Amino acid sequence: MNALPDASPSSGRPTGRLANNIVHFARTLRTAGLRVGPGQVLRAIEAVEAAGLGKRDDFYWTLHSVFVNRRDQREIFDQAFHVYWRNPRLLEKMMEMLLPQVGVPALPEDRKQLSRRLQDALQPGRGEAPREEDGEPPQVEIEATFTVSDREVLQHRDFEQMSQTEIDQALRAIAHLRLAVPLRRTRRYQPSRRGARVDFRASLRRALRPEGLIDLRRREPKLRPPPLVVLCDISGSMARYTRMFLHFMHAITNDRDRVHCFTFGTRLSNISRALRNKDVDFALQKASAQVEDWSGGTRIGQTLHEFNNKWSRRVLGQGAVVLLITDGLDREGAAGLAEEMERLHKSCARLIWLNPLLRYGAYEPKSQGNKAMLPHVDEFRPVHNLDSLAGLIAALSTTPVGDKRLAQWRMDLRKSGSDA
Amino acid sequence: MSSPAPVSIDATLELLKSGDYIADRSLATVLYLALKLGRPLFCEGEAGVGKTEIAKVLSETLRRPLIRLQCYEGLDVASAVYEWNYSRQMIEIRLAEAQGVHDRGQLAADIFDERFLIRRPLLEALSPHTEGAPILLIDELDRTDEPFEAYLLEVLSDFQVTIPELGTVKATQKPIVIITSNRTREIHDALKRRCFYHWVDYPDLERELEILKVKAPGAGERLSRQVVGFVQELRKLDLFKAPGVAESIDWATALSELNALDLNPKTINDTLGVLLKYQDDIQRLQGSEAAEILRQVNADIAAQPLG
Repeated sequence: MNALPDASPSSGRPTGRLANNIVHFARTLRTAGLRVGPGQVLRAIEAVEAAGLGKRDDFYWTLHSVFVNRRDQREIFDQAFHVYWRNPRLLEKMMEMLLPQVGVPALPEDRKQLSRRLQDALQPGRGEAPREEDGEPPQVEIEATFTVSDREVLQHRDFEQMSQTEIDQALRAIAHLRLAVPLRRTRRYQPSRRGARVDFRASLRRALRPEGLIDLRRREPKLRPPPLVVLCDISGSMARYTRMFLHFMHAITNDRDRVHCFTFGTRLSNISRALRNKDVDFALQKASAQVEDWSGGTRIGQTLHEFNNKWSRRVLGQGAVVLLITDGLDREGAAGLAEEMERLHKSCARLIWLNPLLRYGAYEPKSQGNKAMLPHVDEFRPVHNLDSLAGLIAALSTTPVGDKRLAQWRMDLRKSGSDA
Repeated sequence: MSSPAPVSIDATLELLKSGDYIADRSLATVLYLALKLGRPLFCEGEAGVGKTEIAKVLSETLRRPLIRLQCYEGLDVASAVYEWNYSRQMIEIRLAEAQGVHDRGQLAADIFDERFLIRRPLLEALSPHTEGAPILLIDELDRTDEPFEAYLLEVLSDFQVTIPELGTVKATQKPIVIITSNRTREIHDALKRRCFYHWVDYPDLERELEILKVKAPGAGERLSRQVVGFVQELRKLDLFKAPGVAESIDWATALSELNALDLNPKTINDTLGVLLKYQDDIQRLQGSEAAEILRQVNADIAAQPLG
């Protein structure tokens, strides 16, 4: 079977039809979720022209170099390429499929293991149908506060929609958020009257004005809020608060730059991209579709391990502050949790633990998870009144648990550790 | 004089090989396109897989000057593009005053002159060179902050920079631009779109063997085979930092300096620090796990002796 249908290998110049095919290929990629714009299509045609069409491999890498610009896109590209450029007639079929009004012919069996996104891209309409069919009847939710669920519940969650008044309130509350995180000095400067450094450039320009002496201008480092990484527990014991936290993460993502949001229960999901959408309902819908372990068990140690290995080096740069939201109740008896907490603590500038259990005055770090985590946090915050976003934000803006109390707990822990 | 750019993908592969860089075909394809179409090459990958090396080898084999811009947080125009030589300018002003020059316009033209301009890497790369267009290596772009990235966008699309006092400097010959990133943060899509993107992966067994043959010729065939087999196995483990090609080369060199002809568990334990750079990883590997991997590697070698 000829890999490249519309060009003779010797000519090395794409004909009109090959150019068309590249355009359609780009459309397929775009529907599959790659960010492909018209500029890239032009560049791809130009690149194919330059590289020639001698070998299938070269053609592959030529298109790859233009269309792929993140590592995680490689899989989708690879599958799309092999399906698309294998059979010229398949191509026509797929074009039919891309047009919604044309009936969708059945696809051959061998495409079963294709990624879901690509399948959806190749056959719009078919991808959605089964989802509705195997949607299970709504399950009765059991309030699991203070219990650690052993089941890994894989279910999608519907969130109540926020009313416009609520959104407005939330935005106002966010504006008042004062996370007690100090601004970070950057290595950039801004003009200032009393800055410690002389701004020579500004001084010299000033010197050209008709006055006698050179008047020194000064500058000082700019301050900027540090990047914020939110790690949010969404397991069964936290289920009551999850909605609020998601709204909070959405609001703060859209309020400032450099915010990364992760959820964890039995597995870790990065929902930053989904939350970046301005529309809160749409963003939460996208995020909740992405997360699979709503209200299940908790494996804090294991998910933190995944975060440390896979993400910490990518999101914890430039003095990041980590906001860890969890009750610290771990299904696996806190296996490996202390080590992972230590690593996390050492790789960020500040680790803030937000614990809903702390609203009870008589809180003591009794559970194994709590004991393992407590020595490795910089700040321990109670959360009262979690019924509204404003309440959560107010809680974040108050002062953390006094150092004395934290120190006392730590000392008790050490004592009980040495007794054992 | 500089050598001409390669005329085909195969020629690119040969060119890299002549500079002791064993590339796979995907890299050669992307590099060929970048050279041919005059667009930057954006290389991402784990530390120690040879991203920076690409630029060095290109500069050597094409005989072009290499201009390197090492990125760091807070990198600004003054240290990346140009800076005025302020102390000399001040002296010039004093001299002018002493000579009784009172025309401000004349004075401004005098002190904002090319003579007082300090060229930094980006401006240097846009200036004409007798040896042909230089190679501009923008190393570890992920270490800078977003504002600099945005500035770079302008430079890389038009190959020109604007100095308010002098005017616009446009490159007469486009430099060959290689950008590397270790992914300590995501680079914005807008910048990536202007480049050819390549994820530099760890090499497979054959290619890594070939690399060792060129880069660590002191190590014997059996030792190299064991080293590569061992390192390839390590990369499959869930380590905090898997060893890169640079580590394999260092390890093979270190072992041959120690006159080792054959890997054994004791040598591995003693030299593990060359390969792994995190205490957790070293601790995990030391002892039985390393011995187990070595046993498996030796079994593989026995099953498939090198031709």
